[in-house]
Amino acid sequence: MKIITSLLAGASLALVASMSSAASTGNTLATVDPEADRLALQAFFQKRFPQVELDDYANGIYALDAASRAQWEEMEEFPPYEFDIEAGEEMFNTPFANGKSYADCFENGGMGIRQNFPYWSDEQDRVVTLELAINQCREANGEKKLKAKKGAIAQISAYMASTSAGNIIDVKIPNDKAKAAYLDGKAQFYSRRGQLNMSCANCHVQGVNIPIRADRTSATLGHVTHFPVFRSKWGELGTLHRRFGGCQNNVRGTPLKAQGKEYSNLEFFMTYMSNGLEVNGPGSRK
Amino acid sequence: MRKNIRIKHALLGLILAGASTVAVADADLEAKGKALYLNKKKGNCIACHMINDPDAKLAGLQGPPIVAMQARFPDKKQLRAQIWDATVKNPKTIMPPFGRHWILSEDEIDAVVAYIYKF
Repeated sequence: MKIITSLLAGASLALVASMSSAASTGNTLATVDPEADRLALQAFFQKRFPQVELDDYANGIYALDAASRAQWEEMEEFPPYEFDIEAGEEMFNTPFANGKSYADCFENGGMGIRQNFPYWSDEQDRVVTLELAINQCREANGEKKLKAKKGAIAQISAYMASTSAGNIIDVKIPNDKAKAAYLDGKAQFYSRRGQLNMSCANCHVQGVNIPIRADRTSATLGHVTHFPVFRSKWGELGTLHRRFGGCQNNVRGTPLKAQGKEYSNLEFFMTYMSNGLEVNGPGSRK
Repeated sequence: MRKNIRIKHALLGLILAGASTVAVADADLEAKGKALYLNKKKGNCIACHMINDPDAKLAGLQGPPIVAMQARFPDKKQLRAQIWDATVKNPKTIMPPFGRHWILSEDEIDAVVAYIYKF
């Protein structure tokens, strides 16, 4: 009995010890160091799963769990998001009523630019995500905003991501205001929320690849690379902020507004953590 | 004398009846605890804790398995306190504070304790 007890105590101590090394680089504007945070998070996962190549984290839980990877690879043979990319492409290329189109709003005609989103905008005094930019483009051209979580916006975003496949995520933090947005995202990630009192980090750093019933939680490293995502549970495509809302519901919290400043800051933090990984969206997940 | 024996028998009967009422109450409490353990919308303990009960299929492994409970928690109150708010002992635990956040009622926590204390 004593052996069991001490084994259990030992295991939980080890988890706590390794946990505290994942986010040890400051939580004030003066002390936070995004690049050190990123390297610490990478080092944490590489120590925990030494056999997994860094690039493979773009494949989410399938980088870590061989059994579910086989099923996923089968699913990807006939990707469930294929028609969404086509629909997105068609919308992307259809001119607005004023004769202009999405291509006029983006650098390089909107092709191959997914890796630069989200970015900090001094002009707008906020983080701009790709989906926000798509809607801003519409409004600037006299069109109505699209709903932020699914449908057309996800399809257009999916098409734009698909033109960026293989590009390296490269989110920049140009000044202290951007750093403050990053810090807010980091704080959200590590703060406990909801009646269940859980943080993003609880499941996606601390509890990664450990079963919750039959499911395993994915590593946050690489979380953003494959969005928008076709999720079997949804039976359709959805944006990253839709997924954030789902997670927050799961912990019995109150989802925040999709494309609002809070979730955009969270996306900014998470995407910075995945700097250096390849864009591989849209993706499919269970 | 005969009267005395009758009284003794009656008393014995009362005691036995009392004991079986307690046993039934215990079994009821344990059954209630088991239902809470398995219910996704209530305790959902099964999401993270393995338990050697044939009805607890595909239990998760995020938390320690429910084994040797009496050895690990010689004082039942410690176990109850752990369910009520596990962050007291370990601030970094993932386990939700079932009592502090009113996820389960006080009676429901008692039921869960009764159920898992057998394992």
